[in-house]
Amino acid sequence: MPRTFTTIAAGILASTTLLAAAPAQDMKSLKGAIKIDGSSTVYPITEAVAEEFNKSASKVRVTVGISGTGGGFKRFCAGEIDISDASRPIKKSETDTAAKAKVEYVELPVAYDGLTIVVNPKNTWCNSLTVEQVKKIYSASGGVKTWKDVDPSWPANPIKVYSPGTDSGTFDYFKEVTVGKDGSIRSDMSVSEDDNVLVRGVSGDENAIGFFGCAYYFENKDKVKSLAIDGGSGPVAPTVDTIENGSYAPFSRPLFIYVNKASAARPEVAAFVEFYLKNAPELVSEVGYVKLPDAIYAKVSANWNARRTGTQFTTPAGEAVTGALAKVYE
Amino acid sequence: MAQERSPASRLFANRAFLWACLVAMNLAVLVLVVLLVSIFWQGWDTLSWKFITNFASRKPSEAGIAAPLWGSVWVCAICGLVALPLGVGTAIYLEEFAKRTRFTRIVQTNIMNLAGVPSIVYGILGLTAFARMFGAFGTNVDEAIEFGNSESLWYIRLPFGSSVLAGGLTLMLVILPVVIISTQEALRAVPSSLRAGSFALGATRWQTVWGLTLPAAIPGIMTGAILAMSRAIGESAPLLVLGGLLLVFNTPENLMSDFAILPLQIFNWAGRPQDAFHAIAASAIIVQLVVLLAFNGVAVLIRQKLQKPLQ
Repeated sequence: MPRTFTTIAAGILASTTLLAAAPAQDMKSLKGAIKIDGSSTVYPITEAVAEEFNKSASKVRVTVGISGTGGGFKRFCAGEIDISDASRPIKKSETDTAAKAKVEYVELPVAYDGLTIVVNPKNTWCNSLTVEQVKKIYSASGGVKTWKDVDPSWPANPIKVYSPGTDSGTFDYFKEVTVGKDGSIRSDMSVSEDDNVLVRGVSGDENAIGFFGCAYYFENKDKVKSLAIDGGSGPVAPTVDTIENGSYAPFSRPLFIYVNKASAARPEVAAFVEFYLKNAPELVSEVGYVKLPDAIYAKVSANWNARRTGTQFTTPAGEAVTGALAKVYE
Repeated sequence: MAQERSPASRLFANRAFLWACLVAMNLAVLVLVVLLVSIFWQGWDTLSWKFITNFASRKPSEAGIAAPLWGSVWVCAICGLVALPLGVGTAIYLEEFAKRTRFTRIVQTNIMNLAGVPSIVYGILGLTAFARMFGAFGTNVDEAIEFGNSESLWYIRLPFGSSVLAGGLTLMLVILPVVIISTQEALRAVPSSLRAGSFALGATRWQTVWGLTLPAAIPGIMTGAILAMSRAIGESAPLLVLGGLLLVFNTPENLMSDFAILPLQIFNWAGRPQDAFHAIAASAIIVQLVVLLAFNGVAVLIRQKLQKPLQ
């Protein structure tokens, strides 16, 4: 077994260009283990980074789990893992647990995921929605039964609503920007944990509407039609550019990694995180997400270099900060 | 007494029942065939030696299942090696040695109930008992008590953490009730006249069990073992609770190694947006079927080696 592995590793090394900008010799001598756990949404990015990192620093054992954002933070705040993948900022309750266990952390946004609202391609009447209309369709109190209820000029076809599982970070984020923390989403929806099922559902039903991460839309542009979203300054379609520059609002959400400050003192962890930030813009787009603007990456790198601890999404008083990432990370 | 019916109507009823059974069988087989054909249709082209020996990758064409494949093999081997002796031993004691007391009745009822417990509950138990050992050795893996060199095959550390050993023992908990119950059923099916004959010839209970009852019950026991192993290899919930991983760049080297498992890798690939990942998910399912057949093949071999025909 070891021999086969070496030959294959050597083959991969020879055939791919190294993304690493750090001196290869230093990377090779690194040893140790890096434990990562958390969101399955962020997983493809971390997988890509770990794959490339493993090619140049093959003696470092990187392991990644997918316990979910909440499960990851639970282990992270107990000091069990070095890095936590998260599809939402850390919550106040989790910060408190971390403080109790004397775990300090550095918060690093690494990519955008643009939630895309889609309809069937045969739906000719609807090309864009205002945020208010999205809220009306999805909220429990909206009472929308047909497309006509959304806009009187549209046909009176019964509307069929699709949504990701209510435990997912995608659903949480969508809920927060539409009906808010205390509102409630309608319960008569077709729900699936697998976004591919949502794609199939919407592509097979003329009167359907659904939403999921942009990666699923980019892969299925021929099967579903995306809607432009009007957040107050005219309808904006979800594209890589509009998600990156923040004009596709409010449905762009940032994805994060959180690094334990004590772990960051270990050379292999520091090298991994630097590698992550350096290669994120390229790898993020490759796995179907949208990179952050360069200015934010610069700011994030500066935060990392200074080992700035704590979250910027909770005020010192404990209140949650909301708003676009660019604003929070000014 | 039912009314006497004409021969024609009795024959019709006979034929109708035969057809009903045939339809039932064909439906069951058809579903299986459709499933297998669609899996092979999707996954056959991407199945290659490279796929078996490569580690995970963001590129579907370079991604492989070396880590989850060997992780699943290690975990299921440990699970089977521990669950079979424990389960068969428990069943032999309950059926052949123990007197019917209130205590054995309570044990019996509990085993029956345990067989119906959702597997995720065993995951939580495994996490507490094996991975963390109730916190008796501290919560940090760095503080663990170690025996041997961490690179040798015999390396052990307490607590076990999220290792293949903890994973195998957790799955063992899941399938233990199934093994016990099926072994008991197999032992009960051995005619008691055989036991009586053995005792009449002056054999001890141990001689009777080892020489007579157990060999006669082996086919039933191994059928139970096959069903149990099939369940173990498909389980992912308890191992996810245990801190099961998805991305590992090593195959297990000893009992304390980190591991990934096939069902989790298949689930992750099937949920990705890109179609190419769905294809390699199907390839991984084919590999998992082969692993399952291999484990069951071992059970069939044991059955043929140990089975003695009743004379």
